[in-house]
Amino acid sequence: MNHFPGTWGRPRDDVYGPYDSSYLQTTGPKTHTQSPAVTGTSVIAVKFKGGVAIAADNLASYGSLARFTDVKRLRKFGDAAVIGFSGDVSDMQYIDRLLESIDIRENYSAHGNQLNAKNLHTYLSKVLYKRRSDFNPLWNHILVAGFDSEKKPFLSSADLLGTTFSAPHLATGFGAHLAIPILRRLFPEERSIEEISKEEAVSALKDCLKVLWYRDARSMDKYSLALITQDGIEVHEDQQIEAQNWAFAESIKGYGAQTV
Amino acid sequence: MFRNNYDNDAVTFSPQGRIFQVEYAQEAVKQGSVVVGLVNKTHAVLVGLKRNAEELSSYQKKIIEVDSHMGVAIAGLASDARVLSNYMKQQCLGSRMTYGRPLPVNRIVSQIADRAQTNTQQYGKRPYGVGLLVAGMDEAGPHLFEFQPSGMTQEMLACAIGARSQMARTYLERNLDKLEESSRDELITHGLRALKETLSQDKELTVDNTSVGVVGLADSGKVESFKLYEGQQLLPLFEALDKSDASETKDEETMEVDS
Repeated sequence: MNHFPGTWGRPRDDVYGPYDSSYLQTTGPKTHTQSPAVTGTSVIAVKFKGGVAIAADNLASYGSLARFTDVKRLRKFGDAAVIGFSGDVSDMQYIDRLLESIDIRENYSAHGNQLNAKNLHTYLSKVLYKRRSDFNPLWNHILVAGFDSEKKPFLSSADLLGTTFSAPHLATGFGAHLAIPILRRLFPEERSIEEISKEEAVSALKDCLKVLWYRDARSMDKYSLALITQDGIEVHEDQQIEAQNWAFAESIKGYGAQTV
Repeated sequence: MFRNNYDNDAVTFSPQGRIFQVEYAQEAVKQGSVVVGLVNKTHAVLVGLKRNAEELSSYQKKIIEVDSHMGVAIAGLASDARVLSNYMKQQCLGSRMTYGRPLPVNRIVSQIADRAQTNTQQYGKRPYGVGLLVAGMDEAGPHLFEFQPSGMTQEMLACAIGARSQMARTYLERNLDKLEESSRDELITHGLRALKETLSQDKELTVDNTSVGVVGLADSGKVESFKLYEGQQLLPLFEALDKSDASETKDEETMEVDS
């Protein structure tokens, strides 16, 4: 160690050659807001008869490091909605502060006019789109679960570009690849939401979380699950993925130090 | 030299604790032609008497649609009302854009109230010379608000502002219990009758000088968009008024026979 902090933690010049200091950028535009740092992985959600179920694990990764293991990525908005965040955790906290201030403002003069999940989703998608248009995106992919103005279950997503998408079941991040096929098999298009019970939706989400825990290296077996029904919102935090069976791992070949 | 030293601006109190400019602005509302507003459980109705500056001119608009769930009736300076209603239109569009929901009525009313109050407390400004009746529909049902240049607003069951509006208010007070239980069409009839009360001897309601605005909850349970009745569209409403007037006089006659 020497007395030049600028060289601390960097490869030694005598071993690796001169460091490319153009990355240091003493001048020039700020770029650290244009990529995520601490991230949460998938959020998955399913509509069922009379409500919506949504789940996400409790992990916030720093790159590939499992850095924070008790991060709640499902946020309640009053009694109206649950918002699930994947992507950058600090941006999630910023959006959470926005939502908090809206909630306070709305409750000053409620008069029976509460924002519903659909209103929130519209608002959040505009915020995300505004920030991407400033070249300073909020690095999140969010799912909003709740009810619309006609008291029908509502589920929709918005990503860091402000793109919105809605479907009876949704997943962000790795879940879009691993959970959606499972959910599509369990709840095919021709099956109406009216036929899906709450228990069925919850067990489907648990199955998906387990598959994600098996196969997504940025996931964890501790998770939160929220149920939004007309009776209110139940959030179950610190849940554990049960009945794990890693036997399948024996048959996986082709990665790492395996020689056979 | 001055009759009154305390009315040169809107920020100075008189020794009696009055702000004359604000009172003069309220006088402008009383000079404006009359508008009536009333609500029942499902609907809010605005009725206004339009004036034409001269025989050959058109009539000044009295009821403005702000958004599909809200309208305002104006009494006083129409140009000030335009400024306020344009602001309300913008706020309503903003709410629909960012949240995808119609702006709650009490919210927009308190916003214009704040704007109007600011004008009574900052040097070099003048109060709005217009009173408004804001009728709208939101999740909590139909609403009617009265707005005054002082920045005072109140939610009302029925209200009338403008020239000779006392006659209409008297009618509304006498019939308040009937209003609440009335149907949509009966509510309009009550509004027209209240408006008729304010007319001077030589005047009557015509399709040219009357405006009616209705917003509320349709039978389907959905919001019935703000509808403005003007010109020939008023004829069915006048017919309903005549019919109910006729049945009322008949009632009175039979009562006389009874006694």
